[in-house]
Amino acid sequence: MTTAKTLFDKVWEAHCVQPESDDFPAILYIDLHLLHEVTSPQAFAELERRNLSVHSVKNCLATIDHSTPTSAPNAAGERDYITAQAKNQVDTFLENCKKHNIECHAWDSDQRGIVHVMGPEIGATQPGKTIVCGDSHTSTHGAFGALAFGIGTTEVGHVLATQCLLQRKAKSMRINIEGDLQDSVTAKDVILHVISTIGVNGGTGYVLEYAGSAVRAMDMEARMTMCNMSIECGARAGMIAPDEITVEYLKGRPHSPQGEDWDVAISNWSQLPTDEAAVFDKEVHIDASKITPTITYGTHPGMAFAIDASIPTTNDESDISSLEYMQFSQGESILGKDIDLVFIGSCTNSRISDLRLAAKIMQDQQVQVRTLVVAGSELIKLQAEAEGLDKIFKAAGAEWREPGCSMCLGMNGDIGKPGDLVVSTSNRNFIGRQGKDVRTILASPIVAASCAITGKITDPRTQEKAA
Amino acid sequence: MSNNILNSKTFNLITDNIDTDQIIPAQFLTTTTREGLAAGAFYNLRFDDEGKERLEHVFKNFDATETAILVGGNNFGCGSSREHAPWSLLDLGFKVVVSTQFADIFRNNSIKNGLLPIEVDKAALDYLSANPETQIDIDIANTSCDIQGYGKIEFPLDEFSKYCLSNNYDQLDYLISQKDKITAYEQQL
Ligand code: SF4
Repeated sequence: MTTAKTLFDKVWEAHCVQPESDDFPAILYIDLHLLHEVTSPQAFAELERRNLSVHSVKNCLATIDHSTPTSAPNAAGERDYITAQAKNQVDTFLENCKKHNIECHAWDSDQRGIVHVMGPEIGATQPGKTIVCGDSHTSTHGAFGALAFGIGTTEVGHVLATQCLLQRKAKSMRINIEGDLQDSVTAKDVILHVISTIGVNGGTGYVLEYAGSAVRAMDMEARMTMCNMSIECGARAGMIAPDEITVEYLKGRPHSPQGEDWDVAISNWSQLPTDEAAVFDKEVHIDASKITPTITYGTHPGMAFAIDASIPTTNDESDISSLEYMQFSQGESILGKDIDLVFIGSCTNSRISDLRLAAKIMQDQQVQVRTLVVAGSELIKLQAEAEGLDKIFKAAGAEWREPGCSMCLGMNGDIGKPGDLVVSTSNRNFIGRQGKDVRTILASPIVAASCAITGKITDPRTQEKAA
Repeated sequence: MSNNILNSKTFNLITDNIDTDQIIPAQFLTTTTREGLAAGAFYNLRFDDEGKERLEHVFKNFDATETAILVGGNNFGCGSSREHAPWSLLDLGFKVVVSTQFADIFRNNSIKNGLLPIEVDKAALDYLSANPETQIDIDIANTSCDIQGYGKIEFPLDEFSKYCLSNNYDQLDYLISQKDKITAYEQQL
């Protein structure tokens, strides 16, 4: 008898070198190990200390993105790192990659980018793979029907040394999102809505599968935005079943299977979607047509609401201190509040479709506050420039910067000033994430661009374009 | 010495959703070692905008030899996967973190570094919240702990983690001992 399986079951089982038991966790084989400069140096040092080599170099793929400056290099080609330590971290990483022969997209590669933008873009992210990275937003890659999750540095060492991880299988939750999205509503609004619905820790212990007509209608970039933020409700991973849209996206990319392998791959991928009779540990239903442009008002992504709603009243101490930090009051609307800064970028919303949406709004307009636009990768930057988007941003007075994580976590020095209210297309509105005492509002590229040109929290649906 | 018994007092920092950016802000992540991270632990709680130590903050009189058990609010350690979070807590001198729920990656990272996550129910957390510097005697082998004035409770910890923690056994050594199986798996790919 064959039992009905979920997409997650199928990928999990195909990668169990040894299934889990009461006494031991499963040994899970990892197909793709993405590496960047921040979470790997101690792992490489550990290999060295134990005199171990990298078990399978072909399963590793590296880039530099977090500590890298987003200002252009000087005439001598030098980059303006925030500290000597940041430069040292990048240099150490490049040496480690070289030493172990790991494919690394550094400054000299036009495939360099935020690790979760680069993997899919060059076709390394594929359905059915297990993918890990020392980075919590590895969940992004689940958009292709991969099982992808973030790990710590010790585990980075485990994967480097053995290509395996010790894992307990998570529970499964399906998020069914049915219906058509309204105008001005994007995948970002949908995922913020999902997180506020199930709660900031509602996904803890689960792998999510996003399903339903609204998800099927999304292009790959929108699906990546969805899966990217799975970690923000605590989920181990988020997945979407592969379909023709997935196949079409991957066709012809540098790391995608070629020739006969391609046909085999497509046929394998077609077996992955969840069987009809499969049972999830939990099911959630969401009406897509009711979702409006959604933003956050607090200090975690679960504190999100419809942009024109009022801040809910609460007795919860954590929520109250969160509102104090944000300098917002219960019951008030935040529409029309003055903002200080806009950031359009990050592995959530820095792909070409995001930049196109923002450019459409900024065309022939002037930004009223400092606005940083940071493409997710060198390829996206080139594409945007080929389409003239950079000119639109610059003409509007926005800064068009070099690709990288930038203000998403601000470790390269792209940060706000204490007290600044920032509208950001990134994924975390944590206290101090974008600079000490900086207040972050998470939003879609459409909302962020609309706010940039008014200098206020603005509902894109009611905004009138200045002549 | 057996690693099975751990006794200390609690140190309260009970807010929900203490994320790893708060535990160790991103500017301290450019390091290439795991040592010395105490300097950045809860930096924004301890230091002001100019980098001067605040006149008053919760860690002012903190002494890890007295209170090595950190009690946090719900969803502790959410956010970034940075292992710098448990490294910095250990570097501060903490040996145990207590919460009603831990974020997955933080929990994993902690166990791998010998920082023990103890999940308790709301009633126990409320008691600890009302009674700072409570003595807790922890018995890892029996996954139980005795909270002074509250009683003895059990906490969840899988067999393998328990074994590794109480025997100082390294998980990578275990994986390496399974290399034959890994190679066999690779051969059938
Ligand atoms: S863009 Fe932000 S969330 Fe994404 S990898 Fe970089 S720092 Fe992490």
